[in-house]
Amino acid sequence: MTTQSAQDLVGRGNREGAALFRDWFAELDETARNGGNAAYVFVMGSINEILKTFDLPVVFPEINSLQTAVRRVAHEYLEEAEDYGYSPDICGYVKADVGTQLRGGEHPMAQIPVPTMSVLTNACNTYIKWAEIWERMYDTPTFTIDIPGTRQSGTQTWQGDGDFEADRKYVETQLRELITLCEEVTGKKFDIDKFRQVLTYANTMSRSWKRVLELNQSKPAPFNALTDATIFLGVANGFRGTEAGARYFERLVEEMEYKAANGIGQAIEETYRLLFVGVPCYPIFRRFNELFTDWGGQFVNSTYLWFASGGTNRGFEYDLADPLASLAEGVLISVRDAMDSMFHQSEVLADMSREYDVDGVIYHPIKSCRTVSTGLADGRRHLTEVSGIPSLFIESDMMDRRVVSEAQMKNRIDAFFEGLASRRLAAGVQG
Amino acid sequence: MTLTATKVFEEWRGKSLEDALLECRDQVESPEFETVQRWRDAGGKVAGHFQVYFPEEIVHAAGMLPFKVRGAPVEPNKADSHFGSYLCSILKSSLELALSDIVQLDMFVSHPICDAARNLAAIWGRNYDYPCQILYLPQNPNSAGSVDYLRNEYDRMRRLTEEVAGREITDDDLRRSIEVFNENRRLLRELYDIKRDTPWLIAAEDAYALVAMAGMIPREEHNELLATLLPKIRERTTKAEDRVRLVFEGGFCEQPPFDMVRMLGRTSYVVDDDFHIGMRWITEDVATEGDPLHNLSHAYIEQSSYSPVQHDLRKPKEKMLLERIRAAKADAAIVAAAKMCEPGLEEQVAYTHALDDEGIAYFVSEFEENETSFDQLELQVETFIENLLFA
Repeated sequence: MTTQSAQDLVGRGNREGAALFRDWFAELDETARNGGNAAYVFVMGSINEILKTFDLPVVFPEINSLQTAVRRVAHEYLEEAEDYGYSPDICGYVKADVGTQLRGGEHPMAQIPVPTMSVLTNACNTYIKWAEIWERMYDTPTFTIDIPGTRQSGTQTWQGDGDFEADRKYVETQLRELITLCEEVTGKKFDIDKFRQVLTYANTMSRSWKRVLELNQSKPAPFNALTDATIFLGVANGFRGTEAGARYFERLVEEMEYKAANGIGQAIEETYRLLFVGVPCYPIFRRFNELFTDWGGQFVNSTYLWFASGGTNRGFEYDLADPLASLAEGVLISVRDAMDSMFHQSEVLADMSREYDVDGVIYHPIKSCRTVSTGLADGRRHLTEVSGIPSLFIESDMMDRRVVSEAQMKNRIDAFFEGLASRRLAAGVQG
Repeated sequence: MTLTATKVFEEWRGKSLEDALLECRDQVESPEFETVQRWRDAGGKVAGHFQVYFPEEIVHAAGMLPFKVRGAPVEPNKADSHFGSYLCSILKSSLELALSDIVQLDMFVSHPICDAARNLAAIWGRNYDYPCQILYLPQNPNSAGSVDYLRNEYDRMRRLTEEVAGREITDDDLRRSIEVFNENRRLLRELYDIKRDTPWLIAAEDAYALVAMAGMIPREEHNELLATLLPKIRERTTKAEDRVRLVFEGGFCEQPPFDMVRMLGRTSYVVDDDFHIGMRWITEDVATEGDPLHNLSHAYIEQSSYSPVQHDLRKPKEKMLLERIRAAKADAAIVAAAKMCEPGLEEQVAYTHALDDEGIAYFVSEFEENETSFDQLELQVETFIENLLFA
């Protein structure tokens, strides 16, 4: 590889991801202005595989909302929703979306189309409450794909088990009902060949996403699991089941393999390798990351990359010979895994700490999201008991700057790194 | 003596109606849950099930006591360190009951009713060795596959319960339990008929306590309690007063402090509500012929009430609230939510907008189960009611 082509390769995923994002929002803008169909979906189980078969543009309100925070205008949207009646104590994503809807779709990145239909899963209960808001606002169809999760840690059932088959069958029945609804909404017949093509693209993406995450076991880590990976995640959601998405991820694997093979990491010297548990602090996104990188802290993986990709991290690949049954199986296993990443993550974190040779775990529960945050304090206690790995617990929010105290976070983060440094020093002395 | 013959609440027997109701109130207000301990002392096993709905017939059929885990007026001294901030109180106080050994369970079940509660089984399970599971009640009851799916989920719960109880649960066991619970549902419906038709015959807090007792004692005993007291309530000669008729909405999970219910009862007639709606979730008799698990599943989907934590396209919550208000001939509604309760707070917006559209008066409030001071709230409620009376 020439020096020039190597330079082109490094950072390509970020550049191309940003370009795809612009394309995506341009499409949404055009759809909104032309009054075309659009499906509202969520990151944990978008069911893009079916929606893309019907050529439906997809809107991810969660992504729209976080973009208002990153662009530092979230407070305007939150206040609008609170004036409408929503409590300061509910999910900020919901409120930013309500603000967007009340503004007629006006959003910093594009004009957001109104929903022709919405598709949600039960991976987050607030998805259900959220979609009910659209039902009331627009009186358009809402479809809930109910996906049974793990009943108790370590008791997941798999193919061949009667309970698994009952769950899978339930999911398949619902997917078939969704197809009927899509036919009604779009006026198109379901095209099984096109569906297989969409699944092929989705398989490429799943395989690649799993590989990308594995490659961050390299030292130094080729990408920052908090910042760079949020771009990858956006593409994983918005472009799932598309040729552009599949190609992007193949090229991302190429980039990360090159970086791993050549010891290319981030701009900082990687002193501490960290796992992130929770949802990023989007109101001060860049600064939040710097609070760690200033100490040489590098995020090498996160539960966010698992659940916010709908469990794509498992790398499940659909069987094209029996596509609908296989989609049901894949959705069940992947979304269940996404839920496990939130409710039963302690054992996986302990394993991952070893696989990624991690120095510490950062827990970031947020006011906005009880799905992700409720179990973290107890999970942290458990992880400490089973692994002894150092961890930090800092609370703020993903949307609402009123509950983000940068100074307070910095004090605690600094103290955490001082502890890591002392620990390392002591280990060195003992060694 | 069989366990179902075990009596755990004898204090009300042989007493006047007033004294019997006082005993019920004392039990419900107490953070000790003595009845559960008495059951254990007699050698019984206990299945704790978190709000909102649980098919209690399944654990009842195994001879276990289904215990409604609904928080308590306790400080979460031990539980606090297991949770972060920004959470409702009921999660913490429920776990506190276990961590402080106030109640000892043999299994714990929660449901994916909300983002917080669905974490609870995992948290519980990291702290206890007995089974701590989620019962995945369907969130798509409109799917043609939901009844069959739920039937299998109930069968899974039956198998788990058999392991815990150490005995088989036959279909006939289940049918017998369904009959016991059908009787209980009938009696609870009768209690609510009294509330709606003649609210001056029963104070809000007494009706509340009678329902809450169902979650703390064997259902046969609860049936006996209601069957004895309801006729006595009907025989009362209390005169109707010129009071505002209110519907209270927002008590589906975390319960308002008992004193708040008492305060509302002092100022109005609470003619309907969603307190402990899970106990009254199934609105008709469950069939006893045929497959009992199918019958229970079918009843959950087709013969059930509503709450903010179940999504059913046939039951928009604001429409259901309006029906509840009209059926109870209520003048107004208290639209409440537990602090930090995402579904409750979100539903408040839909409720209030619908009530605005219909021109029905309402009072919006938040509560926390451990609150002890209601002076300010009482003043606000009184002002609200006076405005209605003198409008």
